[in-house]
Amino acid sequence: MAISTADTAPVTATPTPARQAPTPRWRSREALTAWLFILPSLIGFLIFTAGPVVAAGVISLLNWNLFSAPTWAGLHNFARLGPDPTFWSALGSTAYFTLVSVPLTILVSLLLALLLNQGLQRIAVFRSLLLLPYATITVAVAFVWIWLYIPHDGLVNAVLGWFGINGPAWLISDTWAMPALILMSVWKSFGFGMVVFLAGLQAIPQQLYEAGRVDGTSPWKSLRHITLPMLSPALFFVVVTSVIGSFQVFDQALIMTNGGPGTRTTTLVMYIYRTGFENYDQGYAAAQSLVLFAFIVIITAGQFLFQQRLVHYDN
Amino acid sequence: MTTEIRRKLVVFTCFLITGVTLIPVVMMVLVAFQSDGESMAAKPSFWPSSWHPENLTRAFDLVPLGKYLLNTIYFAAGTTLLETVTAALAAYAFARLNFPGRSWLFGIYLATLMIPSQVTLIPQFVLVAKLHGIDTWPGMILPHAFTAIGVFLLRQFFLGIPRDYEEAARLDGANRWQAFVRVIVPLAVPAIATLAVFKFIGQWNNLLWPLVISNSDATRTASVGLQVFQDTNGTQWNLLLMAATVTTIPLIVLFFLTQRWFVRGITMSGLGGR
Repeated sequence: MAISTADTAPVTATPTPARQAPTPRWRSREALTAWLFILPSLIGFLIFTAGPVVAAGVISLLNWNLFSAPTWAGLHNFARLGPDPTFWSALGSTAYFTLVSVPLTILVSLLLALLLNQGLQRIAVFRSLLLLPYATITVAVAFVWIWLYIPHDGLVNAVLGWFGINGPAWLISDTWAMPALILMSVWKSFGFGMVVFLAGLQAIPQQLYEAGRVDGTSPWKSLRHITLPMLSPALFFVVVTSVIGSFQVFDQALIMTNGGPGTRTTTLVMYIYRTGFENYDQGYAAAQSLVLFAFIVIITAGQFLFQQRLVHYDN
Repeated sequence: MTTEIRRKLVVFTCFLITGVTLIPVVMMVLVAFQSDGESMAAKPSFWPSSWHPENLTRAFDLVPLGKYLLNTIYFAAGTTLLETVTAALAAYAFARLNFPGRSWLFGIYLATLMIPSQVTLIPQFVLVAKLHGIDTWPGMILPHAFTAIGVFLLRQFFLGIPRDYEEAARLDGANRWQAFVRVIVPLAVPAIATLAVFKFIGQWNNLLWPLVISNSDATRTASVGLQVFQDTNGTQWNLLLMAATVTTIPLIVLFFLTQRWFVRGITMSGLGGR
């Protein structure tokens, strides 16, 4: 990582005569070349990515509806979060979504990766077909899922009916709207983890299992003591990215429930969208987005601290 | 004998699970071909009792789906092309060239990696609005073409290319630009393709940004177009799902054509966590 070692100090003063002559011109030419390579990316990056990050901090301190001149609000926008019931309910919905969908997605991904890793021929065919939901448009498949969840005689409830279960009116039910969104989201995203786990499983040296077999280890024990520890870096990676992704859930909630019933499935990102683009309360929306970012940072940092005890790195 | 039964069991389970997984995609296509009456009936039917391919033209008559698809391609291809080219250039400089301030500049790129796109959403919107870029192509494309992830991924890959290849070209009299174009880029095709495929599919899927920036058919993408379709035509299931099918199929085809890179991209990022 120590990359900027000897390139800053003026080299003329160095007492090493052998390198003295060509270095300064060569260095400055190289620096010029480097800037030419970087400039197209850097200009865009500063204007459209880094600049807006700083601007988000400034906007969060303003009262601003985009149309009239902004006024200074100080930390008022952050103070508004405390007594705002919709914010807390959005935070709760997002936490609910994350806490259920992440473990479920990972469990499904892991089980399918283990299944596909059973020495199957044509494994690539199943892998691509199972990865298909991950490569569809969220908005488009969200429509199909509304159709699947039609109350009474929709496909989901028809299947439940075979088992004598009277299915709920999924998307308009206070209790079942969020589980319905979660099920759809698990379906949409398990492919990613499955592919990561499959690659991880195929990288585990077979000798480990053979040694276990000689010792008469049961399949369950070899899963517990060989597979899972060897897979833990991949598991950790998928947990971290899934948590970050599910904290930002938006598309399917907008299409399938529009945040309802009531605010049952209004997630943080949807609330930011509403605040900024339906109520035109840009300062408050920016404050909410920074709080979302803070949550992501805290949770991710927590996971990194926690992983040191659980993740096995094979260096 | 038992291993044979076990193998068959595994194959059977795979077929079963894959079948169940594909039900939503299959149903999307089946309902798209049902008649109005059948698809709107209180009791939905699964297999169409009669096939109505004219639903395709009817869906195109209700909203300009062709225009939306073309817009989606502009948006996805524009951001992908800009990001891939500028990121490859910058990544090369970060990986290979010495210049004052290299590490802190790269540090700034890295620092933005974890920031969710919602944080930049409002400032980007304000910026584009002030520059009169609402509902224009520069306004749609530019804010999403310069993320740090491309620079980061390609720099990692370039660092893994042995310096000798490039040195050989340099000894033959190639300058930096020629070494980059003739040596580095050809070697990095898998990494560049992976980045491009991911970016393209991600932007094809992007809903939030086009939703706030695009407000007419001039720049409306398929994702937003579908949402408008739902708003204006209610749930006329056969036409709605026909529109969904039409906008999804190009992406599915693209996925099957590029899945080698797609899968490699996922595993690269996954093992990058090591």
